[in-house]
Formats: sequence, C-alpha cells, structure tokens
Amino acid sequence: MLRKYSVQLILIALGGIITYIAYQELVSLYILTVLMFMGVNIILSSSLNLVNGYMGEFSCGHAGFMCVGAYVSSVLGVLLFTKDKIFGAPLLNPDLAVYLFPVIIIIGGIAAALFGLLVALPSYKTRGDYLAIITLAANYIIISLIQNMDIIGGSRGFMGMKKVISNMEDVVYLPWMVIWVFVFTVGSIWILRRYVSSVFGKGVSAICQDEVAAEIMSVNTNKIKTITFMLSSGLAGIAGGLFAYIVGYVNPGSFNILKSTEALVMVYLGGMASLSGSVLSAILFTILLELLRPLQIIKWVVIPLILIVLMQFRPEGIMGNRELSDIFPKLKRFYRFK
Amino acid sequence: MTQQFGGLTAVSDFNVRLKNNRIAGLIGPNGAGKTTVFNLVSGFYQPTRGTISVCGKPTAGLKPHKVTALGVARTFQNIRLWNQMSVLDNIKVAQHGWLDYGFFQSVMRTRAYRDCEERIDREAKDLLEIFELENYANDYPTNLPYGLQRKLEIVRALSEKPKLLLLDEPAAGLNSKDMRELIRLVRWINETYDLCIWIIDHHMDVMMELCSEIKVIDFGQTIAEGTPDEVRNDPAVITAYLGDDNI
Amino acid sequence: MFDDFNLIQNLINALQWGSFYALIALGYTMVYGVLVLINFAHGDVFMVGAYIAFFVASFVLSVLGLPGWAAFIITIPATMILTSMVGVSLERIAYRPLRRKGAHRLYVVITALMCGLILEHANLAIFGASRKAFPPLIEEHVYHLGGVTFTNLKIIVICAAIMSFLTLQWIVTKTKVGMAMRAISYDKFAVPLMGIPIDQIIVTTFILGSGFAGLAGVLFAMSYPILEPYMGALIGWKAFIAAVVGGIGDIRGAFLGGFLLGAVEILVVAFFPSSYRDLIAFSVLLVILSLKPTGLFGIAKTTKI
Repeated sequence: MLRKYSVQLILIALGGIITYIAYQELVSLYILTVLMFMGVNIILSSSLNLVNGYMGEFSCGHAGFMCVGAYVSSVLGVLLFTKDKIFGAPLLNPDLAVYLFPVIIIIGGIAAALFGLLVALPSYKTRGDYLAIITLAANYIIISLIQNMDIIGGSRGFMGMKKVISNMEDVVYLPWMVIWVFVFTVGSIWILRRYVSSVFGKGVSAICQDEVAAEIMSVNTNKIKTITFMLSSGLAGIAGGLFAYIVGYVNPGSFNILKSTEALVMVYLGGMASLSGSVLSAILFTILLELLRPLQIIKWVVIPLILIVLMQFRPEGIMGNRELSDIFPKLKRFYRFK
Repeated sequence: MTQQFGGLTAVSDFNVRLKNNRIAGLIGPNGAGKTTVFNLVSGFYQPTRGTISVCGKPTAGLKPHKVTALGVARTFQNIRLWNQMSVLDNIKVAQHGWLDYGFFQSVMRTRAYRDCEERIDREAKDLLEIFELENYANDYPTNLPYGLQRKLEIVRALSEKPKLLLLDEPAAGLNSKDMRELIRLVRWINETYDLCIWIIDHHMDVMMELCSEIKVIDFGQTIAEGTPDEVRNDPAVITAYLGDDNI
Repeated sequence: MFDDFNLIQNLINALQWGSFYALIALGYTMVYGVLVLINFAHGDVFMVGAYIAFFVASFVLSVLGLPGWAAFIITIPATMILTSMVGVSLERIAYRPLRRKGAHRLYVVITALMCGLILEHANLAIFGASRKAFPPLIEEHVYHLGGVTFTNLKIIVICAAIMSFLTLQWIVTKTKVGMAMRAISYDKFAVPLMGIPIDQIIVTTFILGSGFAGLAGVLFAMSYPILEPYMGALIGWKAFIAAVVGGIGDIRGAFLGGFLLGAVEILVVAFFPSSYRDLIAFSVLLVILSLKPTGLFGIAKTTKI
C-alpha cells in the first residue's frame, strides 16, 4: 500500500515544502527562480528525450516550440487579464486569471503541439539528418515569424506577464508560479512515463530500433510519430509558457539555437531514453549554469569543455539508456511510479 | 480462404492462389524476385499492376500495418527483432493492431487500457509458453542463440494472428539440428493453427519436406510449379539453378 | 520595387553571396560524407578563419609593411593552412577519441556543437565583443556594364568558389585520397581491411574542409570587413542547411545548395523587407526537403528487407 503511493506522497510532500518555503519567503527570490528554471528545464529535457532518445530522431529545434508556447500563453494572458497599451482593456475579469492560468499554459502547449506538425508530417518520409535539418529550419521559421509580427513586439520582445501573476496574487496570496511550475513539471514527467511504458508507447522504441519491422508488425508508425512529435513539442510549449511567466518578458532571441542546444545537452548528458537521466541532468545543468554565472562569458567556454571531457569518459551520459530503478533495483521495493 | 494474386509487373505476371492449411513454397536463384513477392504481399511495396487480396479483401493502397491487421504476417531474411526490448515486449509491441486504447487512455490509465494491457500480457506470455520461450521472456533478443532468434521471429509473426504466414528464408544460417527443429515447428504450426504458410528458402531438403506445392521463379518469371517431385525434375528449374548445358 | 529589379545584377549578387555558403557547405558535406558526422563546429571554424585572416593581414601590412596585394597573396594560403590546423585539432582532440570508443554518433554531434560554442565564446572572451574592422587588402574597383555594377572583389569571390569546387571535385573523383574518401562513405568497415589508413583519410578530409572554410573566411572578411565572434554561427547553420538541400555527402550538392540558398535570400530581399529573409529562405528549404526528402543530389537509401 505504502509502496503503491510512496511516489505520490513524496511528491505531495515536496510540493508542499517548496510552496511553504516560497510562501514564507524563507529563501531568496533568486533561489526560487533557479528552482523554477529547474522545473522548466526538466520539462524541456524530458520532452526532447522522447524524440531524441526514445524515438531515435535528432531534433535540434526544440526551442522553437518553446517559443510558440511562450508567446501564445503570454499574449493570451496579457490580452485576457491585463490592461495593455496595445490590446487595451482586459477581455475578462482580471480575477479570473487565478483559475484560468493553467488553461492558458495548456493552450500554449496545444499551439506548440500544432507547430509540432511542421516536423511530424515530413517525418513520415524522412529520417535522421534530413529530419534534423527540418527541425532546425522549423526553429528558425518560428523565430523569424515572431520577429516579423510587430503587434506582439517583433524582435523587441513582449512583456506584461508579471501583471497577470500579480492579479493572481491579489485574489489569493500564494506563490502561484512556484506551484504551477511544480504541478506542470510533475505532470509532464507523469504523462511521459505513462506513455512510454504502455504497449502503445513502446511502439516509439520499436520505431527507433527497426522502423520497417515496426510497420510490418502492425505498428501504425505515422500515427505514433505524429503523437510523439506533438507530445514532445506540446510539452516544450508548456515549458515555454512557464518560462515566459517566470521571467515576465520574452523575446524571440532567447529561443534560438543556443536554447535548443541547451536542451540537447541536457538530454545527452542524462542519457538517451532515460527519463530519470533527463530529470537528473536538467537539475545538474541548471545548478551548473548558476554556479558558473560569475564567470560571465567564460561560462560558455567552461560548460562545453566540461561536457566534452565528460563525454570522453562517459560517452553514454549519466544514466545511459537506463532508469534509476535499473541501477538501484532495490528502489523498486519502495516505489511504483506509473 | 482464397488469396488471389493478379499479374504483377515488379515480378512479371505472378499468379498464385494459396489454399488454407497448406504449406506452399517459393524458390528461385538469388535475385529472382522472391522477397519482392513477399514485400508486395505484405504491403511494403505497392504492385504496379495487378491485385492482391487476402480472404477476398483487396490490399491495394493499404499501409503495411493495415495489411498485417488483415491477416498477413511475415518474418525477415535478416532477423529484424527489436534488440533493445525484452523478448516479451517484442511480442507485446507486435499487438499494436489490436490495441483497444489510444494515447489519451494510455496516459489516463483507464479501465479499457488496463484490461487491454492485461489481455496482451497474458496472451504474449501464453504464446511464449507454447513455444517454450518463457524462460527468455526478460532477456534481450541479441542474447538468444541464433536458432531461437529465428524461432522468436516466427512466434512474433504468429502473434499477429495471421491467416497467411510468410517465412522469408527461415532456415538461413541454421545448423542441421536447428533446421530439423524448424521443420518440426513449421509442421506443428501448420497442424495447430488455421492458416496458410508460404516459405522462401534455399535449402531444398527443407522445402521438399515441408511444402505440398512449390513455385519456382527466375528473373521475376514463373518457370515452374507443382509438387516438390514435379519441380525437382523440371528441366527449366535445373537450367535456372545449374546453368545451361549447351554453354 | 519591381522597376529597379535587375536580373543580372541580382544574379551576380546571388552568386557572390552563395559562394560563401557553397564554400562552407563543402566542408560540411565532406566531413559528413566520410564520417556521417554533422560537424556543427564548422561554422565557427569559418569565423576563426576570418579572424586568422585579420591577424595575418594586419601583421603583414603593419609589421612587415608590405603592400596590399602582397598581403592578399600571403593571407590566403596562410589562413587556409592555419584554419585547417584548427579543424584537424578539433578532430584529433574531440572527435577521434569518441569515435575510438564507439560512442553513439549523436554524442559526437553534441561534442561538435560544444566545440563550436567554445570557439565562439573563447573568441569573445579573448578579443571582447567589439567588432574588428578588416583592413582593405586590394583596391576595390567598381565596374558598370549596361546598368549592372560589380566589383573586382565580387568576381574574385565567385571565381574562388568555382575553382575550389573544381579542385575538390577533381580530388574526390580522380585522386587516390578522394577515392579512399568515397570508399569510406560506402563502407567504413571494409576500408581498413583493404589497407587504407582510415585516420589519415579523415584528417585529410578535415584539412580540405577547414581549409576552404578558411578561404571563405578571408573572402568574407574582405567583402564585409567587420568581424564579430557570432558571425560564424548563423552563416554556418545556413550553409549546413544548404548542404542538406543539395544532398549531404555530395560535393556537387553542397555547391548547388549554397548557390541556391544565396539566390533565394537575394531574391527575397529584392521583393520583401529584409527581415523576411530568413523566414522565406527557410520555408523554401522546408518545401524542397518535403518534396525531395534526400536533397537534390542525395540518393535515397532504399531499405532492403
């Protein structure tokens, strides 16, 4: 009984503790922000792992979908709940933000999932490096599309999301962002975990290992690819929406190839086709980024250097294709995460 | 069950009608187009001309996974198991065409999902038990001896509940002991299940022993057909395999 | 907008702009052809090439006090040699150990991405974010010919690209090294068994690829004499896309893809606001790849069952 619910209990406790800390302002806002970025990065890396690790494709434009999610949920939030220079008076009662915030984030995710079709449809015919280039092109297309939309700020960026958050805090004073980042992070992992552990989702691994055999053995490969790409980009969109509300400001430049590279690094650092690896590496990577912040520019010399050295010694990443429970089988006695 | 194969141009004017509960054979020299015929039947290629039907249902325009759902399952010349998946999962994933749930149900873990997973798990385990592979259920296919990998591939194809089972060179690379085992296995499948088996192989002794009728093709042309004995003595077949005497 | 549209003028501009893409894409495609590795650091190798050219040219001009044309003659080979050394050291330090360990191909790709980041930011850290102005090496002459203006620089760039292509095509199709390169791309397991020193061939590939990136660096610096650390990133990514559109692994494809991308970009700028350049260029490429999934010269790998 305890085993069955242990993960749920731990997660609820963890969520409660984090919320309490944030509510009482026991730690600085900086640490909270880092914690929230950790959540965003966990969603990013685990969703990218679905495509790059489990399905064996090489998507290098993940930040593009993040961008879609960020903009859609930001614009929607500002349009609906705040008084804005461009959009004018709020369309809905600003107090409703407190209830509709998750809906907005999810709508951002759905929009990103639709953009995921940009990659999913060509993937019926192409694989490998040609698909990689399509994801890259998709990233550039999305960014320059937004750069050319002056109504939402073009390349100058878009802001006003902080007001939505403060609206929410006016209704009930709670650290809303912390709560929602936590909920969405756990939710994403939960969805991914359930998807890849079902027979249906194992079709993804079958495509990775032998696509011809998968198709002949009654796996509808096109359908699985579509679902997988849309799920992956949709979750990236959710991560983007959360990112936008954490920072309070988005501009297309922050979703460029460098961001996609970060996501890639987290996936490969953690190990392909390992969700726990992705979570672990996202946490480590976020901490590393913050620790090295004082180095400024040199940070981006040191981090790649660390990664290169790491890859020389452990080319399969931290977990390398395995889950936490495969390395420590005893853990299975204590939890069942499904 | 009747299956009709109309004239195909990829393989020239190939015609065959396979009868239920029989083992048919397809032989020919290398590059004769045998595997192409299988690829056409399993839906991997679309015939340029002609029709293929399974139990009276045409397969034209269907994707391979749909053809499989209609009742055509196959094995491959080079073993194509999913090597980073357990033996059990290899069988379970092959049940994709018979899942009663989709993405959302897999995430929500609904009743339909649980029932379906349970059924598939049970069926897969039963199947492994029937074919005495249950001890390997959690191993990776690459760790299995070669003969068992071949066997597993046949079992995986059989798990598709086929009405037509295509075996593409099942005896390739097997030693004589494994080969006798294979003959026994194919016979047993033929007697136990209600299906029709079609085999490609280069081992004449295997073919002669198993098949009740054999078709010989060369360069896409059908050059002979009939019972094993008829085919064995056909001059055209001898020419195709051994070359022309008059050179 | 349509009145002052001059086909030949735009064509020349497109050829010149495409020449850079083509020269960089050649390096991508050669490494890919031999190693099946997307060398994502290649764009930054180009940037390093431009910087090397800057230092060599400044050295020759101010320290040695030689005239511009002499500097031009010295800078080009010196840059090509030095840049190819950068490329080879990347291969020796980062890629080869991984390859020896038999790491997954994508880990090598990630390593390449990291190498690119290091080159970019090390440069930024050492030389600062300020832009460097490239000294003029040869006097720029502007010619007018029936409403078409072009400069001697443009002609040099286009000629250099075409000559590089011909040289490479000759090396790959006619020489022993080139044949070995093609052999590796067919079957990398059989090649060492035939007594071909595989590492030597790979190093040669990197020398050639990076050398031409260096050449592109010199010419780019001469045409647009402002250098900054990030200049290689975008142009590199785009050249890679050009290589893929041409059919990655094929030298003709890289060349054609480069010019095609140049032409698309120049045409877009001729008809639309320049901020639409990337959007439309990438969309066109996406459409091409959707119609012809393996690129213009790429051969579809048929899955054999």
